[in-house]
This record gives sequence, structure tokens and C-alpha cells, in this order.
Amino acid sequence: MSESFTLRVNGRTRVVKAERSVPLVYVLRNDLGLKGTRLGCGTGHCGACTVLYDGNAVQSCDTPLWAAQGHEITTIEGLGSAERPHPLQRAFLEEQAAQCGYCIDGIIVSAAALLTRKARPTRDEIAAALGRHLCRCGTHARILRAIERAAREMAR
Amino acid sequence: MSAPELPLSLRTNPRLDRWVRFDGDGKVAVFSGKVELGQGIVTAMAQIAAEELGVEPAQLAIVAGDTTAAPDEWYTAGSQSIEVGGASMRRACAEVRTLFVEAAAAELEVAPGDLEVRAGVIGVPGTDLKRSYWELARKVSLARDYSGRPVWPHKAGRLGLVGTSAPRRDLPAKLGGAAYVHDMTLPGMVHARVLRPPAYGARLVALDEAVLRAAPGVVAVVRSGDFLAVAAEREEQAVAALEVARRAARWETPPMPEQTETVRFLMGLPARPSKVFFKGTAATSGTRRFEAMYSRPYLAHASVGPSCALAVAEADRIRIWSHTQGPHMLRGQIAKALGLPDTAVEVMHRDGAGCYGHNGADDVAFDAAVVARACGRPVMLQWTRADELRWAPFGSAMAVKIAADVDSGGRIVGWKHELWSHTHVKRPGRGEGIELLAAWHMDPPVPVPPAADLPLPAGGGDRNAVPIYDFPHQEVVYHFLPEMPLRVSALRSLGAFANVFAIESMMDEIAGGLGVDPLELRLRHLADERGRDVLRAAARAAGAKRPGTGRGMGFARYKNLSAYCAVMAEVEIAQKLRVRRVIAAVDAGLVVNPDGLRNQVEGGIVQAASWTLKEQVRWTREGIALHGWEDYPILGFDEAPDIEVVIVERPEAPSLGAGECAAGPTAAAIANALYDGLGVRARHLPLTLERIAAAMD
Repeated sequence: MSESFTLRVNGRTRVVKAERSVPLVYVLRNDLGLKGTRLGCGTGHCGACTVLYDGNAVQSCDTPLWAAQGHEITTIEGLGSAERPHPLQRAFLEEQAAQCGYCIDGIIVSAAALLTRKARPTRDEIAAALGRHLCRCGTHARILRAIERAAREMAR
Repeated sequence: MSAPELPLSLRTNPRLDRWVRFDGDGKVAVFSGKVELGQGIVTAMAQIAAEELGVEPAQLAIVAGDTTAAPDEWYTAGSQSIEVGGASMRRACAEVRTLFVEAAAAELEVAPGDLEVRAGVIGVPGTDLKRSYWELARKVSLARDYSGRPVWPHKAGRLGLVGTSAPRRDLPAKLGGAAYVHDMTLPGMVHARVLRPPAYGARLVALDEAVLRAAPGVVAVVRSGDFLAVAAEREEQAVAALEVARRAARWETPPMPEQTETVRFLMGLPARPSKVFFKGTAATSGTRRFEAMYSRPYLAHASVGPSCALAVAEADRIRIWSHTQGPHMLRGQIAKALGLPDTAVEVMHRDGAGCYGHNGADDVAFDAAVVARACGRPVMLQWTRADELRWAPFGSAMAVKIAADVDSGGRIVGWKHELWSHTHVKRPGRGEGIELLAAWHMDPPVPVPPAADLPLPAGGGDRNAVPIYDFPHQEVVYHFLPEMPLRVSALRSLGAFANVFAIESMMDEIAGGLGVDPLELRLRHLADERGRDVLRAAARAAGAKRPGTGRGMGFARYKNLSAYCAVMAEVEIAQKLRVRRVIAAVDAGLVVNPDGLRNQVEGGIVQAASWTLKEQVRWTREGIALHGWEDYPILGFDEAPDIEVVIVERPEAPSLGAGECAAGPTAAAIANALYDGLGVRARHLPLTLERIAAAMD
């Protein structure tokens, strides 16, 4: 049965009507039009749907709608846009750190959570923070480099 | 330029207005049949067009893969986009520029050779004598065929748009919002999912359709034979309805053949052997024989984004947005499957998740078309993760046996390469019949077309089976396996991956047996100067070996026709085999976008490392045993090697396709590095600890 839920998404209050157990990814994409959160596996294994949940990286396919209420949700769109990019988005463009790009938005969101926790992570720490992300195009080295670049620039 | 030398795409799409159109207000649109798959082709194609036309990149828009607008260039596949599509675009744009230069010369009463084209303006430098493309557009008709007339070269030589690392045009949108076919929406759109059978050949013998129709939000249940799909108002309702359908359906499932080791499995299938290559004489003067068998298992595409399509059925046409590799081919197949004329189907390419060959893109487009016709509303249909892993075609498994004869002087004088595999290409529209999954399941079912592989020189299963080395006697026998217990088709590099893995492993086995340096053995047998340069460049860039690592090399010229690639890999062996560092040297002729080339080669290396170390399709008697990522692990971020790609510059030589060149060399380099580090020769992929231990015995 559908219920109304009041969410805080990207700093705005949004009201949606849906079943309480609906995975958040569908609400973000289809009700709120936030398409940068991608559906990859639906089982919490690939990281394409990662969002910030009170600043922590979580997989929105694994997060029911009810659990999002009362928490601050940030999607890739809340980090920055093509016109006003987040330092991570800028670094990914500078490194051209994408091939198909499908996995990248989720990775940027995870990296944002990491850089809030630790301003200058080592390469191993970055790789560990991406332990729940998959990239099939093999852009790994560029992705790691882009996160290091963003960390450098944000630490300035 | 005589007609047969024209690049294929231009030969079959000769009309200039198929390629270039000048719109009002200073914009030019160019049209390409080669589509963005994550490889950066749209950016490269725009560079080629802007360079040839003499316009700024910002003045140029590109439309790629659209049956209503763009040229039919078959598939975006086989590393042919720059070689064939790019060459066609370049010729078409150069002729368009020439027509406009001649028109401007006539109006301005100057010689065409005095005119320079910059930012879309054709003029005499240092004067105010000039005309823009757009001023002339009404007077120069492009409704004419490419003629091959002599072109006026750019007065100042090349503009420098080709050969620079232009940033990808598609990335800003992809790094922060809607960018893929998955992200499209249309008014009234519903979401759909397909309940695929539990296994190949399963029959849907009973279905409680009422319970499925009663599921929340369900607007349509589409059943035809063994095909079953549900459409719902909301996406999560379609996902939930799929689970209802799973419980409401009863299947009769024939058992799959038992999975055994790759070589044994393939050897147990009926084979049609043929000698596909022969050079020299049967008798050789060899005094020492090296012989070994190698294999690779079936491999999955395993794209991170499941296949997806949007379809709208209107009164007189079906419109489909798809991440297909071949929009025109898909249109023809869908029209045929639905009994419609080609003109009643329109396919517009939209970007999808990474494409590494014939995946589920075409199948899901047909699924969406079928459901859209049944429910009368726009349908967004996405495959599940499990369907993506279980139902998309796999890359064919292969066994390769090599017997090499070496003479007393340490020269390889005889080489016999035998391979066992299925076809490596079953793309929709390539042969007769219909290659669309749902069409085989619907009532009445259409038969699965028989397999026919691509012939040499490009080859399919036998791609790169002919060594590039100068062995006086060479023989290749392809034991073609027409029966396909698993659904197979094209996966990046086709047979080149296993063939190069085997050839380059054997080269190291021989080098080891003779006590010769592996690089030296290769150079001793390689006359091709470009190949020699690439091998030496990789070895030079790799520098001295680090202590505690094993190092190996692998080399090939992709298809023996496209880019040259030499790979050096450094591995460590602790709890598992870990690839630490990879150096590649590549000669791709004139490089349109160096960073784009590097990105493709880096990705090819990581993907091949993942295939080599970890990947294998598993099945049981009940069906393909891939239900999620836990059943098909791929290389993770904590396993990623450092990579360095050296481009061997050949700006004077034609551009060569490079997107697949690193696959085989990478596999061989890793296996050879394992041998160097541990003294273990592992010949059967993937190189898991279990197999490495088995190879030690």
C-alpha cells in the first residue's frame, strides 16, 4: 500500500508516494528524476546506485524508502552538475576517468564520502573504499588517479 | 581514387548529405553509423569531421546510429570504427569542403588554392574576401554521390584537430545525471521485465495468469509460447511482478550437458575440421618439437548496466531507442520478426553501459518492441542482473593445440595450430534467420539460425591463429563445433584472445627450452619492422625487472591487419596471482585521439587481466549458474595493476583499429610472467590458485 514519505534529498524536502519497502533507487530515479543514480544489479553488489546517507556511502538499491525518511540523502546531482562540478567531477573529467561511465557516478559518491572522512587517503585506502564498486571497462587506474587528484585539489 | 579502394561505409552510403548537413546559424551536423559504446568514438569522429571540414569542434554536432538519419554502417564492432567509419567520414568531409572551396572561389573570383578554411569560413588570408559554409549552403547541393574528385588540401596543412587528446564529448553529462537510454522517460511510460526461462530449451507448460494480472500496478501480461513479460505502472512493481510470475509459472526444463574442463568439454562435441591456412611444405627440418594444449572457458560480457530499451508502438511504426551496436541491422531483424516492412521500424541509438561485443542490447530492444505492441504505451524494459549474466550470448570457449618444430640452429621451422571452438559471431542480421532471443521463445518460434564463423584473414575463432612470425611452415586447422550447448556470439577480440594467448605462451615455452631470451626469440622470427619496434618499445619502457616479481611478454598485430600491441606484465604470487604492473606499446598508425587510444588499451588490459585471472562461466544440469556478481567475480579496485601505454608514433600511416589489440597479448604476458616468477606453466584459463597448483603437479 502506498504511503507518503517526506525525504530530504540534495538539501531539499521532497514528498513521494510509494510503498514503504520500495528500494530508494527507484524513487530517486523515477519519482524525483535523479537519473545519475544508476540501477546496476539491484542486489547491492556493484555500487552503481551509491548515494550519501547522512554522509555515508550506501547502495540505494539496498535501502528501503522508509529507512531514508528523516535522513539526509545526497545523490550525484547534489554534489555538482556539468555547469558547477564538484572537485571530484572536475578531476574525473581532467583525467578522462571513464569509458562507458555507467559505474562512475556511484564511484564519485563513494569517493566524496571517503574524502570527507579522510582528506588525503593513500591509494590502498581509495581502492579499499571502492571495494563494493565494479567497473567492467577497466578504467580502474584512471579512477584511482582522479580521486587522488581531487583529494589534492580539495586539500589546497 | 577508384571505387573498390573506397572505405566500405562510403561505398554503400555514397550520398554526401548522408554524412554532412549545414544547418542555419553556423552549425554543421555530421552523421555516423558508428555509435558510442564507451570507447569514445563519437569524440574521435567529430575530430575527424571538424579537421576535414575546417570548422571549430563547437560548431559541429554529431548524430550517431539512427535509422532515420545516419548512414547504415552495419555494426560498431571489430575495431573497425576508425579504420572504416573514420576513413569514410574523412573522405566525405574532404569532398564537401572541396565543393564549397570551389563554389567560394567562383564567387570571389580567386583560385581555389588561395583559399583557406577556418572555423567554417572560406577566405583568402589577409583579405576580406570570404564566404562561410552557411552563406554558400543554398548554392552547393550535397544531394549528390561522393565522386572521389581531387580535394583541395588545407592551405595551412593539417589543422591539428586530429592527433590531439580532445576530451570526450559525452562525459560531462555522464558524470552527473541522465545520459543513457536507461534514463529516458516518455509520458505514459510503463516499466517492463521479462521472465526468462530457467534454462535453454525450457518450455512454459503452465501459468497462473490471473494471479499475475492481479499483482499491484500490472498493466499488461504478455505471453507468447515460452515468452513471458509483465508491464507495470512503476518500476518496482514490474520487479515485484516478476517474482509473482516466477511462482506462477511452471517449466519443463531439459538438462544441460555436464560442465567439465574446457578442453574435455569441447573435444566431446562433434567437430567439422578444416585447414584454414597453410604455408610452406609439410616436411620440416625440425630436430626438436614443442607441443602443448591451451584453453579458455566461456566468458560473459558482464556489463555493469543491464541491457535496456525504450519502445513506442504507434499506428504505423515502432520507434525504439537502444544501445545496439547496429541500429540498421536491428531494425531489419525486428521488422522481420514482427512481419513488418523495414520502414515501419525506427531505431535510434542511445548510449548504454559498456559494450564489449554482442550482448543483450538487441534482444532487449525486441523484448521492448513486443511489449509495447501489446500494451499500447511507451515501454521501458530492462533486463535483470541475472538475465544479463545468463541470457546474453557468451564468448565461445576455445581449446588450442600448438606443435612447433625447431631446427638445430634454434629457428622455428614448423608451426601447427589447431583450435576447437564454436562460432564467434552470431550477430542479428549478419546471416539468414533471426538472431533475437524472444523470437526463439515466442509462438510460433523461429528456429535458431545455424552458426557460420567469420572467415580469415580477419577470422572469428581463427582470428590471429596465423602467427605473425616468419615460420617457413605454418598450418592452421579449425575444428569448428557447430553445436552450441551455450548461447555464444562475439566477445571483444573473438578468437584472438585464446589464439594469441596460446601462440605467445608457446613462444616463451620455446625460448625457455632453448635458453634464449623471449624478446630475442621473437625478434629472430619477426621481419615486420613495425612489430619489431613495438616489441622493443615495450621492453624499453618496462625497464629493469623489480625483485620478487615475475615478468612476461605477449605480442600480436590484431587480426594481423590492425594495431600492433606488445604487453609486458609484472606479477607477484602470494595468496593469489596479482598483476602489479603492465606496460603496453601500441602502433595504431595515425592516432586520432591519443588519450582515447590509451584509455581503450588500458581498459583492454584490465578486462583481459580479469578474464585471465578470474573469469569462467559455470553451469549445472539445471542451467547457467550465474545469478549475480557473486557467481561471476571480475577484477576489483584492490587488484588493479598500474598501467603505462606507450604510443609508437606513425602519423604517416593509415589509422588502425586498436580497441581490442591488448586482449591476447595481456593474457600471454601474465601467463609468461607467472612462469618467470614461479616456474609454473599454466595453460588453461582462468589462472586461479587451484589451476596454478594443478599445473605444478
